[in-house]
Amino acid sequence: MTQSTGKRPRVGLFATCLMNMFRPNVGFAAAKLLEDAGCIVEVPDTQTCCGQPGYNSGDFDSARALARQVIAAFEQYDYVVGPSGSCMATIRHDYPVMFEDDPDWLPRAKALAAKSFELLSFLHDELGATPAGTRHLATATYHDSCSGLRGLGIKGQPRELLAGVAGLKLKEMQDAEVCCGFGGTFCVKYPEISEKMVEDKIHNIIESGADTVLGGDLGCLMNIAGRLRRIQSPVRVFHTAEVLAGMANGPGIGGHSQESR
Amino acid sequence: MMQTTQNSRDAIFGAIRSALKRSGPLPDARRAELDANVPQHTRPAQDENLLERFIRTFESRAGTVQHIASRAEIPAAVEAYRANMNLPHRAAVGAALKDLIWPADWQVHHNRAGTEELLSVSLCIAAIAETGSLMLGASADSPTTHNFVPDDHVVVLEAASIVGYFEEAWAILRQRSEGMPRATNIISGPSRTADVEQTIQLGAHGPRRVHVLIVAA
Amino acid sequence: MEIRSKEFKSRAVFAIHDASLQQAMGKARDGFVGKRAQQAAELPEFEALREEAKNLKNHILENLDHYLERYEDAVKRAGGHVHWARDAQEARAIILDICKRVNAKTITKGKSMVSEEIDLNEALIEHGMEVVETDLGEYIIQLANEPPSHIIAPAVHKTKNQVSDLFEAAHGGPRKTEVADLVNEARQVLREKYFRADVGITGGNFLIAETGSSMIVTNEGNGDLTQTLAKVHIVTSGIERVVPTLDDATLFLRLLARSATGQETETYTTISTGPRRATDLDGPEEYHVVLVDNGRSKMLAGHFRDMLRCIRCGACMNHCPVYGSVGGHAYGWVYPGPMGSVLTPLIKGLDNAYDLPNACTLNGRCASVCPVKIPLPDLLRELRHLQHQQELSPVMQRRALKAWRFVATRPKLYHAGEWIAVRVLKLLGRKGSIRRLPFAQAWTDVRDLPTPEGQTFLQRWQAQRGK
Repeated sequence: MTQSTGKRPRVGLFATCLMNMFRPNVGFAAAKLLEDAGCIVEVPDTQTCCGQPGYNSGDFDSARALARQVIAAFEQYDYVVGPSGSCMATIRHDYPVMFEDDPDWLPRAKALAAKSFELLSFLHDELGATPAGTRHLATATYHDSCSGLRGLGIKGQPRELLAGVAGLKLKEMQDAEVCCGFGGTFCVKYPEISEKMVEDKIHNIIESGADTVLGGDLGCLMNIAGRLRRIQSPVRVFHTAEVLAGMANGPGIGGHSQESR
Repeated sequence: MMQTTQNSRDAIFGAIRSALKRSGPLPDARRAELDANVPQHTRPAQDENLLERFIRTFESRAGTVQHIASRAEIPAAVEAYRANMNLPHRAAVGAALKDLIWPADWQVHHNRAGTEELLSVSLCIAAIAETGSLMLGASADSPTTHNFVPDDHVVVLEAASIVGYFEEAWAILRQRSEGMPRATNIISGPSRTADVEQTIQLGAHGPRRVHVLIVAA
Repeated sequence: MEIRSKEFKSRAVFAIHDASLQQAMGKARDGFVGKRAQQAAELPEFEALREEAKNLKNHILENLDHYLERYEDAVKRAGGHVHWARDAQEARAIILDICKRVNAKTITKGKSMVSEEIDLNEALIEHGMEVVETDLGEYIIQLANEPPSHIIAPAVHKTKNQVSDLFEAAHGGPRKTEVADLVNEARQVLREKYFRADVGITGGNFLIAETGSSMIVTNEGNGDLTQTLAKVHIVTSGIERVVPTLDDATLFLRLLARSATGQETETYTTISTGPRRATDLDGPEEYHVVLVDNGRSKMLAGHFRDMLRCIRCGACMNHCPVYGSVGGHAYGWVYPGPMGSVLTPLIKGLDNAYDLPNACTLNGRCASVCPVKIPLPDLLRELRHLQHQQELSPVMQRRALKAWRFVATRPKLYHAGEWIAVRVLKLLGRKGSIRRLPFAQAWTDVRDLPTPEGQTFLQRWQAQRGK
């Protein structure tokens, strides 16, 4: 580990589009967790989007244009870390595939992929971090986001990290590993199917008896939170980083300041 | 018609080879090498005695078993089964079991089974402990209809012919001088369906019950 | 059947509001998923077998011409006939020819997805033949005059009540309401058909090159009665179903039942080698295999070769949350769910099935259970790529992508845009979320949109830290 050599690793924080616009608190929580674990955190302002919307829409050219921008913005760092399994899986898995036939960019894409990590798995697997001293009184259920779970093998890490949060009880829901119906542009291209899927997810959340939903991807969390708000459910939604960093004292995603604790 | 099929055959092989970036068939040496290959695939580990495993797996698939000491006891065991199931005094018996002394008041025949047939008795080639399966081969001694038409199918299994894995059963088939049977039936319990609301129902089209008489080694 | 995949959206919405369908699908989903998971957990070698099966399939495809020739030779040696069909039309013609030659009046059929793919039943019925599906699920949907909605459980969308109605109408009363009585009624009706059949048509799960045999795997025994009792047995199969040896088929058998129905094995595994022998007392007098290409050799050439590994277990659809929500009929053709969303556009044309590759969240659950590890989400994305290249995607989507690229590759512009959007959205929010948003109705029709905090992360970060 870089830490053991005495040198603090320089981490480029990948500010995902949804985090940047809708939930900056997650970005600050991520920065705090990384810094507490001994990293130097920087946020290059030449970053925009990882390119996934283009890639998953079949517009590979545009996706590559965005990927080149990300590579150029981040290849200077020891690590690239983002609070999203989805964006980070794109960088880790898809970038090397996108540049398979491009001898100039392929090595750069591969090099970046190798040092890019989703936040929670990075804290747990790479840094061996155990955030301590935080407290969050809640009974939470965990939604495993698909890209993180199946793309990056994230399942135990967030749960183990959360085990260190005082006052927090984890209660698994049925089908925690089943997609919530977000799916990027899927949710607006096929709203009825997406609604059915998020409805199934909400049903399982409510059945679990939890008062809080946690997860590692804002897309899913905004979908779930938006649906919970729509049916006026009191269940609150946070990104796991917010709870781990002790920064989940404000309203949950889509919630408001008057909501009861 | 034959012409079309021949043209189609050539076209399909042409398309396959062009997809594989080859202009013709593989070299003969490579073909011989492929044909000589004996695959060694992973076999799920077994830690039980073959007989015990066969009985456990076969029973888990709703089959029933009974032990008998010798071949001579087959007719009595089948008669007891018949009486227990309240079936008529009649059975289609594979000619492989022709030499046995069947009850005098029975109508026994060795021909194929028709819809009126309620009970059949067959001798199997082998049993596969891996999945609790019986292997029967079509022949004059063991018509395929006996395996599928009657409601009750009694199968005679020599304990010594239980093998652990499918691969061992295939080896038995390869050793036969007459080659592969026309039909090789691997049977793992009674016929079943789950096509109505995933509810498992036995006796869909084939036998409702499969009863195995295990003849001691 | 006529392809209706263009109607995917409307059929999906209809399905979501069909209470009977939702009841049936809910039951099926829980059953299939739980049983498969249990089988996978109980077999320590399961993951190793998946990897081996993937590699073996790749090897077979790499040498497909050789194994097909070896298989063809062996079938001929066993006294059978092999026919080659480039497409659906040729396949129908070959089978029709055989049926006409033997003056077939009644034709029984075991489950065969290839026969669905080539529209076989319609062609035979058009020529005055009686065609009887004998798999219970296939029989049910034949009575309902519907296509299958699942590749191994074709009537999975039907409730028991609906089956009762269908049977009462077809067989006359009294109406049966217990599963046992329904199954028994079908058993009696179909028995008579097996014995009357002139031709029996089945599929082929595996074609064994070593012995020239076809192998079918069933639970009901209908396939065996079909192929044993008819005068002529015709096997329909895709060219990719050949395997070198019986031992190789075994590798797939160990995965097939576990992945498909969550059993260690299906009840019947039958290996058929040629027609009835001189001394046999039963079995068909003629044995034919119709090998169908229908787009498969094309798949072998390109990005989609992985799809030819498919052993038709149905695990992908059992685990697909979209399939679970809309059922199989929404997909509009023979193959539904993830595997169907790849196969349908490839066989029937990208433009005839635009929605299929797109109506997927790329959640990857299908690939995680596929016994031969087909990267289904990657293949679906590749199809989207082809649709994009061929400008089959909606004009608005292509324009939006162009605009997005223009802005997103200019960070200053992008961040300014985000800054404005965030301010506007904040003004629209009430109590933390937005209930109605013009231009984003597809989102807000279903759910609220969380109100942004007012400043973007980058703005705040730069304000606090500089860089």
